[in-house]
Amino acid sequence: MSNISEPAVVATHPLVKGEVGPGCAKTDPIVIADHVTRQFGGLKAVDVDHLEIPRGQITALIGPNGAGKTTMFNLLTGFDKPNTGTWEFDGKSLAGVPAFKVARAGMVRTFQLTKSLGRLSVLQNMLLGATGQKGEGLFSALFKPLWRKQEEENTARADDLLARFKLDAKREDYAASLSGGQRKLLEMARALMSKPELIMLDEPMAGVNPALTQSLLGHIKNLKSDGTSVLFVEHDMHMVMHISDWVIVMAEGRVVAEGPPESVMKDPAVIDAYLGAHHDEDLGDLMEDGPNPVLEAERKAREAHPEVDEGPGYGETTTPPAAERER
Amino acid sequence: MDWGNIFGNAVGEIISPTTAAYALAAIGLGIHFGYTGLLNFGQAAFLLIGAYAFAIPTLAGAPLIVAVLSAIICSVIFAFILGIPTLRLRADYLAIVTIAAAEVVRYIVTTTGLTDFTGAANGLSGFKGTFAAINPIPEGRYGFGPFTYNEYDWWIRIVGWALVVLASVLVFLLMRSPWGRVVKGIREDEDAVRSLGKNVYSYKMQALVLGGVMGSVAGIIFILPRAVQPANYTTGLTFFIWTIMLLGGAATIFGPIVGSMIFWVVLSLTQGILYGAIESGALSFISTTQAGQIRFILVGVALMLLVIFRPQGIFGNKKELSFSV
Amino acid sequence: MIAGIRLGRGVRLTTMIVAVLALCLGFALGAAATSARATETPAPTPTSTDSGDFTTTYTIGGILRDGDTLVAGAEVTVEGGDFSEVATTDDTGRWSVVVPGKGDYTVTLDPETLPDGVELRDPDKSSATVSAGEWQTNTITRSFPLGADTRQTTGFFEQFLQRLAAGLNFGLLIALAAIGITLIFGTTGLNNFAHGEMVTFGAIVAWVVAVLLGINIFIAMVVALVLGGVFGYLNDWLLWKPLRRKGVKLVQAMIVSIGLAIALRYLYLFNIGGDTKTMNVGLSDAVVLGPVRITTGSLISMLISVVVLVLVGLFLTRTRIGKATRAVSDNPSLAAASGIDVDRIIRIVWVLAGALAALAGVMLALYRQVSWDMGFQVLLLMFAAVTLGGLGSAYGALVGSIVVGLFVELSTLFIPPDLKYAAALVVLILVLLVRPQGILGRKERIG
Ligand SMILES: Nc1ncnc2c1ncn2[C@@H]1O[C@H](COP(=O)(O)OP(=O)(O)O)[C@@H](O)[C@H]1O
Ligand SMILES: [Mg+2]
Repeated sequence: MSNISEPAVVATHPLVKGEVGPGCAKTDPIVIADHVTRQFGGLKAVDVDHLEIPRGQITALIGPNGAGKTTMFNLLTGFDKPNTGTWEFDGKSLAGVPAFKVARAGMVRTFQLTKSLGRLSVLQNMLLGATGQKGEGLFSALFKPLWRKQEEENTARADDLLARFKLDAKREDYAASLSGGQRKLLEMARALMSKPELIMLDEPMAGVNPALTQSLLGHIKNLKSDGTSVLFVEHDMHMVMHISDWVIVMAEGRVVAEGPPESVMKDPAVIDAYLGAHHDEDLGDLMEDGPNPVLEAERKAREAHPEVDEGPGYGETTTPPAAERER
Repeated sequence: MDWGNIFGNAVGEIISPTTAAYALAAIGLGIHFGYTGLLNFGQAAFLLIGAYAFAIPTLAGAPLIVAVLSAIICSVIFAFILGIPTLRLRADYLAIVTIAAAEVVRYIVTTTGLTDFTGAANGLSGFKGTFAAINPIPEGRYGFGPFTYNEYDWWIRIVGWALVVLASVLVFLLMRSPWGRVVKGIREDEDAVRSLGKNVYSYKMQALVLGGVMGSVAGIIFILPRAVQPANYTTGLTFFIWTIMLLGGAATIFGPIVGSMIFWVVLSLTQGILYGAIESGALSFISTTQAGQIRFILVGVALMLLVIFRPQGIFGNKKELSFSV
Repeated sequence: MIAGIRLGRGVRLTTMIVAVLALCLGFALGAAATSARATETPAPTPTSTDSGDFTTTYTIGGILRDGDTLVAGAEVTVEGGDFSEVATTDDTGRWSVVVPGKGDYTVTLDPETLPDGVELRDPDKSSATVSAGEWQTNTITRSFPLGADTRQTTGFFEQFLQRLAAGLNFGLLIALAAIGITLIFGTTGLNNFAHGEMVTFGAIVAWVVAVLLGINIFIAMVVALVLGGVFGYLNDWLLWKPLRRKGVKLVQAMIVSIGLAIALRYLYLFNIGGDTKTMNVGLSDAVVLGPVRITTGSLISMLISVVVLVLVGLFLTRTRIGKATRAVSDNPSLAAASGIDVDRIIRIVWVLAGALAALAGVMLALYRQVSWDMGFQVLLLMFAAVTLGGLGSAYGALVGSIVVGLFVELSTLFIPPDLKYAAALVVLILVLLVRPQGILGRKERIG
């Protein structure tokens, strides 16, 4: 969080092999995608030539609404099929691999519109996340002694995670009774039950109670120290600035810029992405007081297309107040 | 009006083999819809397949165990044929495709081209021998009051209800296990379960096969006291099984059993009362045929009211067991 | 790139396999059907074509041809008493055997000696007899019909046209009802299982007015149309609107519609009885249009269907209400936000659906008969049509209906008529296997 006011252009970076720029190669990538395109009718929702996601880092994927971030998530995790493209995870090609195998390979995602399992208890939701359960086989399921011990271990781990996400009081409640923000938390905690190598969070903070966001940021940082790679989509630029090691910017399906958070915000391509082309405003300094053009443009975009990002479960505020950004 | 007779008949329905067969079919449907969320509108086809795949080998001289295995294997195969194209589809497509598939098998067994095998519209009869032959109960009439039956009728009842109990225990064991958790998760949101690394397709298939086999065994129990009639296997049968399942509560252990008992007792009561009223001249403007039709009007209305006002059924927990979509 | 190609190949492969299987099945059934027909129509009595040059010899002979191709190298055996001789057909397909005299002979063609791809039309007719009494001339011909019968093919073609017309008629009347199903689904998300009963309703109204009361069928049609609209309105007003208010879920609503269907169906049965009723309204005269014979009833029904479908199309695309309907189908909450009265649109859709279903019922009554469960019998075909076209798409419903209608009728050329509905439903399942979103449907959005 230093040197913010220095000139924007950074040519090299320790995470990057060669020069920093959209689609640049990483020194230690966990995901490498090539020529991934996805067309919806006449609209090219995703058109990514090359993209690498660094291992062991927190990477933010940002971009205006409709940029194709969620679609890219869907493609990478096997929930949607691309028109063209290949990608690999941990050196293993995942193109055409069904979603559940992608998750088993260690790449687990959450959804922008939460998918909590309403008529299961919070604890059952969590237990579902655990992998390699013996009791999930049709025949072993009939004999409890075969899976009792494993179930107890998983329950202990689930309780631990629930406590960390401040959901332990809701342990026995139906997930349907949770607030929108709590569901987001549950979904993230559930994904963590499977001990993923790369966790992909689609707008994890949207709708989460502002009082909780700070501790959530802490969780995400902890994930990194545990060696998990994180890729997350977020609209809150403060959060992006705060925790990410690397930022990738998408617009109209393409990767238009990437770089460390301090410099990428000053990249003209990013301002283009949010404001459209043909601007010649001064970008200002993100960390100074006063309106930030990126944040402003982002806010306007959200107001213009409210239906895109607001799923049915979103009961709480979508934009956490821009407080507490510097300690 | 002979109230004693009317109530006697109605009470007799509680343990009738037909009630057992419907209960078993509803338990299977409960696995499909109640626990896994599969909108199977083709349960009648599983009963049909159980019936024909049992009756045809038996008539060809096969021993009982072979006929039963044939029914089970055929229903497993049918479940696969049904599941492979449909389990990837959206829920409402699944409903339409299962109902279509059930009608297709019914058209096939009814076609005159297959009269030699299926008896076409006349159906099949004369397949009870192998089942009666292993009856350990000596000849005679047993029981008391309305529950007095001969040895064959008791034998069907005992076997039928034993199978119902067995299926219920199986469902209980499965649904408290992690397997049950996965299928219930699929009922809630299959993409979420997929994102957690579970092979949703395979679980749906397992659930479809399991519930289908129960339907098929129910099909055997259903025909043991009667003949095989293709006209019995219309979508109407499927809808009655749905009514029974929803009546008791879709995702409950005892729901399908009690649902089936209530369904048949009430049908028998209304029939007895209507017939009695017609005979005594109180309802002179309708015929006994029409009285039978009134019962089904009532079934339809009851199904509507039930689903609107008590979607969780009699045993269901309001929170857990209302509809998710 | 590799993934794209692999994926593309996978899909294409599946399509191809399905297409090939369908073709094989079609040919197998087709062959079976033609041979079956050949058995029914006995081979024509051969007339003498060859006049022999030798007045003192007696000859049995003939020409083997498969369509226009002459068959060479096939062996024909003529036997009678002690006499037995084998003749081989020459390049012009001719064969002949000089026999000892006017007597009884058996003429047998050895099917093994036929060239590849050429077969007896009827495998059981590989031999023919010549009786002593037949020898009016010195030469007798025997023919062995090979391959598909060309004269029967014109018959087949005529039948094909006949079925095509019937299928079009059936498809159009399914479309009338199916558009209602698809509009209701689009605007409310409901799969209305009681739609078949709306069809039956129209048929019963028309039957009561035209047959029981003896009023002109066209007036009956209008009455059915109007009452059908009222029926649709009541459906929405009494049941579906309150349920929407109550926040009833979609599957729940679907099962409510099943309950309604059962109740209505048995109510009809209760009132009109279980026998089928014919619509004797003087529209069953046959009109001959080229090779196709069609009843005036069918012709009128097709005309009305087309006109009504065009009107519905114009309504949906040109009028304000129609556009609003499509807006609600696309996105109800957005439509509501932009000031469209969604409840009113849904009510209009129900009225329209009820009227169209009732009209379809009248057509169905003219096409077949009136019975208490007639609507339910075609409900699945209507669903198949809507599903084939892609749930929620009005044009899809039209296309799907025509496909289903044609398929039901054309399939009877190849398979027993009591399996024709089954065939259409199998096609539905196969199409969904290849294209799960239907013919014109869109994929859903995830995440
Ligand atoms: N299933 C779909 N069908 C049609 N268009 C879609 C679908 N999914 C996404 N889109 C379109 O693709 C574009 C990218 O969407 P999305 O990936 O959700 O953007 P983001 O997550 O960046 O806001 C948008 O224009 C969206 O409308
Ligand atoms: Mg998104």
